[in-house]
Amino acid sequence: MSFSINLTVNGVPRDIALSDPRVTLLDLLRERLHLTGTKKGCDRGQCGACTILVNGRRINSCLALAASHDGADITTIEGLARGGELHPLQAAFIAHDGLQCGFCTPGQIMSALGLISERQAGCDDERVREGMSGNLCRCGAYAGITEAVMEVQKSLSEAKERRVA
Amino acid sequence: MKSFEYVRPAHVSDAVAAASKPGAVYLAAGTNLLDLMKGGVSRPDLLIDVTRLPGLDRIEPLADGGMRIGALVRNADLAHDPSFAKAYPAVAEALLSGASAQLRNAATVGGNLLQRTRCAYFYDVNSACNRREPGSGCDARHGENRLHAVLGWSDACIATHPSDFCVPLVALDAVVEIEGKSGRREVRLEDLHRLPGESPQRENVLEHGDLIVAVRLPADARNFGGHARYLKLRERTSYAFAIVSAAACLRLARGNIAEARIALGGVAAKPWRTRGAEKLLAGAAPNAESFQRAAKAALAEAKPSGDNGFKIELARRIVMRALALAAAGTPARMPALPASPFAAVSGALAHA
Repeated sequence: MSFSINLTVNGVPRDIALSDPRVTLLDLLRERLHLTGTKKGCDRGQCGACTILVNGRRINSCLALAASHDGADITTIEGLARGGELHPLQAAFIAHDGLQCGFCTPGQIMSALGLISERQAGCDDERVREGMSGNLCRCGAYAGITEAVMEVQKSLSEAKERRVA
Repeated sequence: MKSFEYVRPAHVSDAVAAASKPGAVYLAAGTNLLDLMKGGVSRPDLLIDVTRLPGLDRIEPLADGGMRIGALVRNADLAHDPSFAKAYPAVAEALLSGASAQLRNAATVGGNLLQRTRCAYFYDVNSACNRREPGSGCDARHGENRLHAVLGWSDACIATHPSDFCVPLVALDAVVEIEGKSGRREVRLEDLHRLPGESPQRENVLEHGDLIVAVRLPADARNFGGHARYLKLRERTSYAFAIVSAAACLRLARGNIAEARIALGGVAAKPWRTRGAEKLLAGAAPNAESFQRAAKAALAEAKPSGDNGFKIELARRIVMRALALAAAGTPARMPALPASPFAAVSGALAHA
């Protein structure tokens, strides 16, 4: 059985032929589109390393069939920097040592991007930690990760206040 | 993963027709199904993708005061719907205590109801499991079973149902709308899941090809909005299944309990409603003695299925704590750590 799907990946429309419906979004991104920033950790929805945004929402790409996401708008870690300029979350992870080995980092950053857009945590570090609990870091860089997310969340809140004022 | 055929019907009737084939299963978000397929636990021949079926993604207040939740509503969307969360706070809290934000963004209402047990022997295809392979035995009986069932289990199976969402729904008398070969029918959520008995492979009352299209809350479920909590004890504060959990919903009148609803999670192969305990609370004062009596009644028939006797006392205490917190009133804002007994409440001692 062969069929084709359309995806927009980091702003670029892609027409992709699938010969096997078993392909997950994770494998499609890594093996077919060579976007290897999205990591395969557990491949079972437990570690969060494969987190991407689908239609603006963070999900585990390892548990998403590509065929089922025909027409989706996908953002991966490769879609965040603008030219040579890092996304504020990327810069904050570096500034706060939010990583050691770096394997979980793309998933952490994509999850943080989703968390901020969901607007449920605000500048409450307990809510940020709870909201990031789907992303494991075996190096244990959680303190830096929380600081990085909090910094970006705070700068966004302050920018919003300035706009309102 | 075994290969399979994939179809994406445009209408409920087409989906139900396609599902009559042997080896056919429905695919919604797939957060549980794909995991099971990767492990070889589920080996379907045909996946019927229901994610594009029209009209199943709505949260609709009903004219009679009830609420209808489409089967494709995502867990996160339901929990964060302000009017839903205000009317049914224990349901929202249960949803937010389950899985991770990524999984809640994907997982659906219907899928949550039909998720499979997380018994490790069910997941390990090299282990004996009557639920996965009828007649093969149950390696959990004499294995690692400290998290297994203490109510309603049988020698054939001691697995638990893992859902948080279902626990307050059962307490609030939710009804499941099902589309099948012979049209639409309804089943009380409390009657959807089956206890194992001699045939644990029959996990629920659905027939092959039945599709859950909605869950409905009756009008009186709104009466508990001011005093409703879900509490869940886990081996870590977040992103873990319940060891034991409880939904407690109270309706208070003139300082006494007019009506109580209590259900337990993590203790049986289905969400466990405790009507005996509820009756004891009707007309009682909302105090520690009443809650203790109710908790004792709720677990009266419990017995260990292995190294899990501790769960019985733990469940009693979770029931008492959930009742006390419900009596104190639903918090104005969702706690930072939903359903956690360790969540800091402003003004309360952290380790009293």
